[in-house]
Amino acid sequence: MAATKIHAIYTDDDLLMQAVKQTRSANYHISEVFTPFPVHGLDHAVGLAPTRIAITSFLYGLVGLSVAVAMMNFMMIQDWPQNIGGKPSFTFYQNMPAFIPIMFELTVFFAGHLMVITFYMRSKLWPFKKAENPDLRTTDDHFLMEVDADNHDVAKLTKFLYDTGASEISLIENEQDH
Amino acid sequence: MSSHYEAPIREPLVLGEKSYHDISVDVGAPVLGKANKSWWIVFTIALIAFLWGLGCIIYTVSTGIGVWGLNKTIGWAWDITNFVWWVGIGHAGTLISAVLLLFRQKWRMAVNRSAEAMTIFAVVQAGLFPIIHMGRPWLAYWVLPIPNQFGSLWVNFNSPLLWDVFAISTYLSISLVFWWTGLLPDFAMIRDRTKSPFQKKIYGILSFGWSGRVKDWQRFEEVSLVLAGLATPLVLSVHTIVSFDFATSVVPGWHSTIFPPYFVAGAIFSGFAMVQTLLIIMRKVSNLESYITVLHIEYMNKVILLTGGIVTVAYITEYFIGWYSGVPYENYTYLSFGAATGPYWWAFWALIICNLIVPLSLWVKKLRRNIRWTFFVALVINIGMWFERFDIIVVDLSKDRLTSSWTMFQPTFVDIGTFIGTIGFFFVLFLLYARTFPVIAQAEVKTILKSSGESFKRLRAEHGDDHSHIQTVEEYPADAGPAANVEGKHFDSVFDDSNEEDSENNEVDFELHRGKIDNLLSSIGTFNPEVEKQDDLKKISGVGPVMEQKLHQLGIFTFEQVSRMTDREYDLLDEIISEFPGRAKRDDWAGQALTLKNNN
Repeated sequence: MAATKIHAIYTDDDLLMQAVKQTRSANYHISEVFTPFPVHGLDHAVGLAPTRIAITSFLYGLVGLSVAVAMMNFMMIQDWPQNIGGKPSFTFYQNMPAFIPIMFELTVFFAGHLMVITFYMRSKLWPFKKAENPDLRTTDDHFLMEVDADNHDVAKLTKFLYDTGASEISLIENEQDH
Repeated sequence: MSSHYEAPIREPLVLGEKSYHDISVDVGAPVLGKANKSWWIVFTIALIAFLWGLGCIIYTVSTGIGVWGLNKTIGWAWDITNFVWWVGIGHAGTLISAVLLLFRQKWRMAVNRSAEAMTIFAVVQAGLFPIIHMGRPWLAYWVLPIPNQFGSLWVNFNSPLLWDVFAISTYLSISLVFWWTGLLPDFAMIRDRTKSPFQKKIYGILSFGWSGRVKDWQRFEEVSLVLAGLATPLVLSVHTIVSFDFATSVVPGWHSTIFPPYFVAGAIFSGFAMVQTLLIIMRKVSNLESYITVLHIEYMNKVILLTGGIVTVAYITEYFIGWYSGVPYENYTYLSFGAATGPYWWAFWALIICNLIVPLSLWVKKLRRNIRWTFFVALVINIGMWFERFDIIVVDLSKDRLTSSWTMFQPTFVDIGTFIGTIGFFFVLFLLYARTFPVIAQAEVKTILKSSGESFKRLRAEHGDDHSHIQTVEEYPADAGPAANVEGKHFDSVFDDSNEEDSENNEVDFELHRGKIDNLLSSIGTFNPEVEKQDDLKKISGVGPVMEQKLHQLGIFTFEQVSRMTDREYDLLDEIISEFPGRAKRDDWAGQALTLKNNN
């Protein structure tokens, strides 16, 4: 199946916002938008669901806290209790005040790193990954909106996009293997 | 859009008439250009210092830490002083990028990248000292909680020194990840702008294939916010834990409950001083004065004033409590009458003058906004904060409880060499960074351009604050959805017949518009191929190959001609070339052409 897309390039973020809203209200489907910087409110305008990555971070933090507690309980209380400067080591809770710094650090360590790794995996970012922005200028000062053109009259869609203020419009025929 | 409003009494954060593209060009210039001579000179000096330090470290490790000036009384001296000094410097970066992000301080955007770089490089230097101090650095992995070969004797989680291991490594790694995530879009910008295939490859790898999808940006912003939320308590915890190294001991002068907040304030104080030192030079060398403005310097000076004030209060408190306790021993601690008049009087007064007195000058607005004076004060604070740690460690230890063991500390050339070496290493890293990394978070700066940029401000001034500077395009009558886009319902044909031309055969109707064309050329000037060179009009955004061809047919070949266009000429142009009405005016061709002409 050939997926036909139209790439409309805008030179201004406010213009892009307006175009996105008009395109959606005209019931065209925006398959992707590439911008050089975060445009405030664009995700909402395109209709993306809010990201859940902050929730994962919270869960990873809980994991880190548990790891810290389990590790220090095993090492300092269960496996090899020692009298260090007279600090009580009979139970975990008695010794816990001395463990708080590391409990905190490991919580942050897990929450931060695992969240970022999740972000990189979900957004497919890693070394040697090839960039997929269709136009080089979208990392500089241009904004690209990709609209599905299947089942639409391409000429009309083009005219419509031109009216939304697009400065360049190009038709992309993508042969997809299925 | 009214959301871009910035109060006119606020000083702009971006100076001059910048466009988004100008920001890319300015930030990319140091990376894409060639290094100048002064860069090479400074780099060579830093490299020599680094190599000297490396020699001292190798000498220390191969011989033993007896090569340092330590003695029985003073078992910690320059090594831990330098460690705490570097860790402290490493606090400003995360403070700027995390705490100021949570407080929505937009001025952080121009300075956070370099401040974070400085943080990471400073923490690297800091980490060297405990490792060298181990004496057997190849056994450094013993600080990790792994069972050793003598049985399961674990590391001591009660020890603040082990807390340091966890705090510093967490801080270093989280700062690195925070920094790198923010760098991805900027590396991508360099990747897409560079002409050299080698750079394209390198920055392609570094940018992790960042494409700038809207979903990526959504996650990016959330990740930045959460990381900032995590890094804020983290940065406070790190120097708190460093201060525990001293505060949990029983040495008078060290055993102090105000150490954690006082160390954190001192760390931010010294960190901002180092940021000032580096950025004042960098904004000049890399031509970034439009982004790192006097306003930024003043804001940082205000942070220095605040944290310096906290440090001052802490010093006075320490001095007062020591005196008030009435314990004679307290008269030997680093903030006491005994210290001020004893053998280490010079270290005491260096601390007081550098950290208390000189920064007071920043209360004067003129001095706070004076770049030279700021640079001087920043250097003085860097020195003062080194003396603070030296005083805490060496002065407190030099007079212990046994008067017969009182002594002074004499650094050897190895102590000095190692310290100088880390400064060299720090500058080697920073100079390499300044040449290869986008030193300003350009993607973030672009988000504040519309509120701060001069051209956008002028537009608002002309048209009112809630005026949209984009021209409203005519709404396409497709409320009923694409199904309504049926020919004959809203329009007769897709394009007007007159527009149905391909670019190959793209004639302007000369006969019809003869008068108008003459009129147009008379006001913008004609092109003389004998003496003038034709410009690439496609560089003007909004001018494609078709439009260029048409302009050529009209006799418009140079930026000079386009730059003379005013509203009258735009209207004439629209009448002659009818299919792009309003386009020239909306894109401000004349303004663009003027810039391009001047850049040629």
